Formats: sequence, C-alpha cells, structure tokens
Amino acid sequence: MLLNQFLILAAVLFCIGVYGVLARRNGVLVLMSIELILNAVIINLIAFGAMLGGESAVVASVFALFVIAVAAAEVGVGLAIVLMLYRNRQSIDVSDVDLMRG
Amino acid sequence: MLEQVWVIPLVPAISFFLILFVGKHLPRKGAEIGVVAVGASLVLSLVTAAQWIHRTNEARDAVDGGGHAAGFLGAVLAGAEYAVVEPVVRTVTWWQSGGEVIEAGTLLDGLSAMMIVVVTLVSFLVHLYSVSYMEGDRRFTHFFAALSLFTASMLLLVLSNNLLQLLVGWELVGLCSFMLIGHWWEEKPNSDAALKAFLTTRTGDIGLLVGIAVIFFGAGRTFDILEINQAALGGGVSDLVLLVAASCLLLGVIGKSGQFPLHTWLPDAMAGPTPVSALIHAATMVVAGVFLVARLYPVFWEGFDIAAGGLNPMALVGGITVVIAAVLAFVQNDIKKVLAYSTISQLGYMVMGLGVGAWVAAVFHLFTHAFFKALLFLGSGSVSHAVHSFDMKSDMGGLREHMPHTYRTFLIGSLALAGIFPLAGFWSKDEILLGAGANGYEAFMVVGLIGGALTAAYMTRCVYLTFFGEYRGHGHPHESPALITGPLWVLAGLAVVAGFLNAVPFGIHLFTDWVEPTFAFPPVAHPEFSVPLAVVATLLALAGIGAGAGYYFRNLGPHGLTERNVWARRGHTLLWNRYYLDHLYTGVIVGSIKGPVARAANWVNQRVIDGVVNAAGVGSRQAGQWVYDKIDQRVVDGIVNGSATGAGETGGFLRRMQTGRVQNYGALLFGATAVLGLTLVILI
Repeated sequence: MLLNQFLILAAVLFCIGVYGVLARRNGVLVLMSIELILNAVIINLIAFGAMLGGESAVVASVFALFVIAVAAAEVGVGLAIVLMLYRNRQSIDVSDVDLMRG
Repeated sequence: MLEQVWVIPLVPAISFFLILFVGKHLPRKGAEIGVVAVGASLVLSLVTAAQWIHRTNEARDAVDGGGHAAGFLGAVLAGAEYAVVEPVVRTVTWWQSGGEVIEAGTLLDGLSAMMIVVVTLVSFLVHLYSVSYMEGDRRFTHFFAALSLFTASMLLLVLSNNLLQLLVGWELVGLCSFMLIGHWWEEKPNSDAALKAFLTTRTGDIGLLVGIAVIFFGAGRTFDILEINQAALGGGVSDLVLLVAASCLLLGVIGKSGQFPLHTWLPDAMAGPTPVSALIHAATMVVAGVFLVARLYPVFWEGFDIAAGGLNPMALVGGITVVIAAVLAFVQNDIKKVLAYSTISQLGYMVMGLGVGAWVAAVFHLFTHAFFKALLFLGSGSVSHAVHSFDMKSDMGGLREHMPHTYRTFLIGSLALAGIFPLAGFWSKDEILLGAGANGYEAFMVVGLIGGALTAAYMTRCVYLTFFGEYRGHGHPHESPALITGPLWVLAGLAVVAGFLNAVPFGIHLFTDWVEPTFAFPPVAHPEFSVPLAVVATLLALAGIGAGAGYYFRNLGPHGLTERNVWARRGHTLLWNRYYLDHLYTGVIVGSIKGPVARAANWVNQRVIDGVVNAAGVGSRQAGQWVYDKIDQRVVDGIVNGSATGAGETGGFLRRMQTGRVQNYGALLFGATAVLGLTLVILI
C-alpha cells in the first residue's frame, strides 16, 4: 500500500530526528534533527491528505506550508541562540548549557 | 428644754463635720467652731439642769403642801416617802424589724442632767485649753474635730433612753479615745497605746454586748432603760438572769472604767495629748462605765443583792482597784502616769461605792472627781508645756517659783483629791466610806480609808517632785498663757466649792435632791453623817501627807531601802512591772493562745494548704510534661517536621531530574509522550 511506505519513511525520519535531538551534543545538529522531525510530520500530513483526497489534500498542503514557515522561523531563532552561545562560551555543546540544573 | 435635750449632743456632732470639712480654711483652723459648739452645748446643758432643778423643787413643794403623791406609780414601786420626779422621756422610732420596734430617744433625769453639765463643762474648758496647748500641732484641725465627736458621743451616751443607743455612744466614745490617744501615731508607742486601749476596752465590751442581750430577753424584749429598771425591781425577772446580766455588764464596766484587772490600758493612754487625758479621765470615756452602773442600778442592786451587805463582785473589784492602783502610783516617774493610776484608784472608789449601795456618794464622787482630776491633768499639761517633758525626776522640781498659777491650782487639786476638808474630794469620798460602813460593808470602809491615806501620800510625792526642791531640767520654765491658766482656775474654784452641794452635816443635800432618781430606783440608804469617821478619814489623809512630806521634805524615814533590803527591792520590782499584768496579758495569755494557734495554723498551712497547692502544682506540671512529651513533641512537631522532611526529601529526589540539560528534558518529554501515546493506543 502506497500510504504505508510514506508512513514508514516518516517514522524513520522521525526516529532519526528524535535520536539526533536526544543524543547529539552539537547544537546545530540538534536543530537539524528538529528539522527532520518536522519534515517527518509534514510527510505524514501530505500522505494523509493525498489519501483522503479532495479538499483535505488542499488543507493538508496549506498545513504543510505553515509548518515549513514555522520551522524556518524556529531554525532562525535556534541558530541565533547557538550563535550567542558560541560567542559567550566558545562552544556549541548543548550539554554544557546546564545553568538551570537543580 | 427638757423635751429638747437631743439638741445638746447634736451641736457638737454637727461641729465635728463642720470642722472636718471646712475647719482648715478658717483663721483658727477649726478650733473656733469646736469652742463655740461645745460652749453652746454647755449653755443648753446649764439651762436644762436649771429646769430640772426647778422641776424637782416644784414636785417637792407639791408633796410638802398637799401630802404624799400616792398617785405616782414610781412612788409605790420604790417605796419612796418623798416626791417622785418623773424623768422626761422623748422617743422616736428608730427602726422596725419583725414586729420589734426599736426606739431612739432621750431620757432626762437628775443623773443625765448632772452628766451633761459635767461633760460639757469639762469639755468646754478642755477646748479652751487646747487652743493654746495644741497650737501649731501637725493635726490641729483633726484634733478639734475628734474632741467634738468625743463630746457628742458621750452626750449621746448619757442621754440615751435605751441600751442600744447607749451602746452606740459607748462604742463611739471608744473610737474617739482610740483616735485621740493615737493622735501622734507616727511614734510607735503612741499607736500601740491607742490599740491597747481599744482592744482592752473591747474585751470588756463583749461582756456589755452579752449583758444587753440577756437583759433584752430577760426584761421582756425591751431595750428601754426605765422599763428594764422597773422589771428588775418589780420581781418580774429571775434572780439568775439578773445575776448573769449584771456580771456581764460589770465586765464591760471593768474594761471601760479601767477596773482591775483590765486597768492596764489607762496608764498607756497617757500617750495622747494632755487635754485628751483630762477629757478621758474626767468627763468622758472612763466614767461611762460608772455611769452605766448608776443608770442600770436596779439590775445590779437585784443581781448582786447589794442590800444584803458583806461582799459582792462589784464592791470587790472596786476595792481591789482602789488599793493596787494607789500603790502603783508611788513608783511612777511620769507625772501623767501618777495621775492615771490615781484615776484608776478613784474610779475604784466609785465602783466600790456603787457596789456597797452608796449610789449618791458614788455619783457625787464622779461629779467632784471630774473637776479636780481635769484640773490636775490640765495642770500637768501646763507643767509639761513649760519643761517639755513629763518626767518628774529628771526634768521637774522647784517649779513653784516659775509657775505660780499652775502650782497653786495643782496644789488645790491635789488636796481635793487627797480628801482634805473642806475641798470637794473630802465630801464625796467620805460619803462612800459612810455608805460602806452603814450598809454592812465594813471591810470596804477600811479599804477606802487605806486608799485615802495612800492617795494623800502619793499626791504629796507628786507635788514635791514637781514643784519643790531644785529644778532638774534644762532651759527656763515659764508660766503658761492665760488660755491655759484660766481653765485651771475655773476648775480649781469648782474643786473647792463642788463638795458643798452635798455637805450633809451642814444640812445641805442638794445633790441628793437633784440627782437621785425617784422613779424605778432601789431603796438605797441615806446614812447620817458620822463625825468620827470623817475625823478618822481626814486624819489618815493628813497622815499620808505627813508621811510623804516627812520622807521627801524632811528626808526622814528609810531612804535607799530598796538598795539594802531584798524584800523591799522585790516589792519595788513587782510594782515597777505593774504586778506583771501586762506580761500576763501579752506574754502568757496572748502568747499561749498565739503559740498553739500559730503552730496549728502553720501545720495546716504546711501540710494541708501547701500539700494541696503542691499537689496541684506537681500534678499540673506532670500533666504539662506529658502533653509536652506526647502531644506537642510527637504529634504536633511530628506533623510539622514530617511535612517539612517529606517536602525536603521529595525536593531532594526531584531536584535530580532538574539537570539543566535540554536533552534530558527532551528525553523525558519524549518518553512521557510515548507512554501517553501508548496508553492511548492500548486504551482505545
């Protein structure tokens, strides 16, 4: 079935993304992993939209576009944070940023 | 006026309040109110007495003109052969209680008329004297207020027509004497003396209260003096009741009139200012007891069976007092104490006179004694005013040249007291002795004669130590001002002439006519004047004076006997310690009561009260400890500490999750979402 293949791709992407977010220490890579998760979600949205067809496909496409826009904004903010982090600490290792430790 | 005698005590009573409230703002600090009020009372008393005399004369004339006044009830009761002069009684209802009507009122007869004249006269002179004597005193105004109240109370007492009102006056007199004896209360001995006077007379007052209660029920539920007297004479009251009542009343008299054995307060009462001593000893306070006996004479007459002769308690008390007080007067160095013991002795004469049935003589002695004893006290005050001391041995002597007026009047008073013809004391004392002899009390006649000789001797000693020999004090004594010597001369004049009111051998018996009650009165004897007795009495008095004069003026006799002879020394020690009566009272009686009572109270306190208190204390302490241990420490603190510890431990556990690492948070977030998602899938 065509849908399953898309869903499997999305699930693989999602899992890679989650792994990257949780395991990588490089801040930029963490942001890139988040992009992977978001893209996995977009693939799901488009896949379900195409499956349902009609107006749902249009709504899914609009939703996907919004997610892409928000992801772009999110990456902008994230990269700005990483940049400030590097300036202050000469490092982009997210495990060093633990000022909130209890 | 006879109906309106209630005004007489009212005037000084009002004066008391006036002096108390406005006296301090007046130019003479209130003294003028007192003098004017008592002066007014004196005038009213004299008018009353004059009207009473007029009344007796009229009654007597009526009898002489129109035969016997058989119609009078009193004449039948008393068996009198002469005119009956009914007393003037006026009453108002005081209060009612359960059908019992208690009346207040005045009873005016010869006795009360005589008493109000004596009281107001002496009090007036004492007031005048005090204006000068007490000048500059720290409580001048209060002194005069108390004097006014003292006078008012005594007048209330002597004018009472019932025993309840008499008791009120009696206690008021006691209160005033307490205030005045303790006038200078800042010094401890003075307040002690005032307390002693109050408590000692109060001991006797218990008897008075019981006696009044006994009479009230015995005489048919009445306090009225005339009714009581009639009941006592009429035989309506049993002998036993009368004996009990008379004995109880006698106890009150013993306390108030300073009779043996309760006389010890009187010498101590000298702590008060001298005018007060004069007033207490002459007119008020101590004669109240004698007055009570004279007033209720039928009760005593029947109760003690005085007509029987021989011996009775009242005569015995009086006789003992006459001698022991006279002997004590010999060892006193304080001039006022000599006079105090002399007063006790003379009061003994009065009580003895009443005890032996010589009513007129005893009351007459009260009358004359008031003048010469007031004179002697005021004289001693004048002396102390000059030398600033009362000690005859260390501060007086040779004063006759410095103080001629005081010396002469004091000498007159002493001679009158010693009973030298024709001064006042001779007549009254002689009548008492005469009555004792005629009524079958020969032993008491002898006692009286011995007392007379002793009186003459100790007064000689007193006069010698004060006015003769070398002056032993310091400074320059001077005669007192006219305001002090004036009253002295007035009293000296009275001490000379007062006796002639009842000079029986000259056919004068005015005092008997005027004063002796003819209504509800026992048939007392009126013995004929006896020349041999009078001669013996006078000779004994002269012998007393001679012995004293020989001893002191001529230096005869065994001087220094107390140093050489052991028995004389022991006797002197006994007298010096006043027969150890004070030791008996304060040491033995009070001590023996005080000791066990104090120990018992201590035991109760230590064992019972302290036990209860301690048990309560220990119990509550243990209860508190238990509450502290079990409830506070465990429950309350447990909850508080437990919640704190729980919060702390939870926080300690939770804080490990707060690593500050974004990826940990992300992992948790993801894990939790996965679990939630899984749950959702499984459940749905």
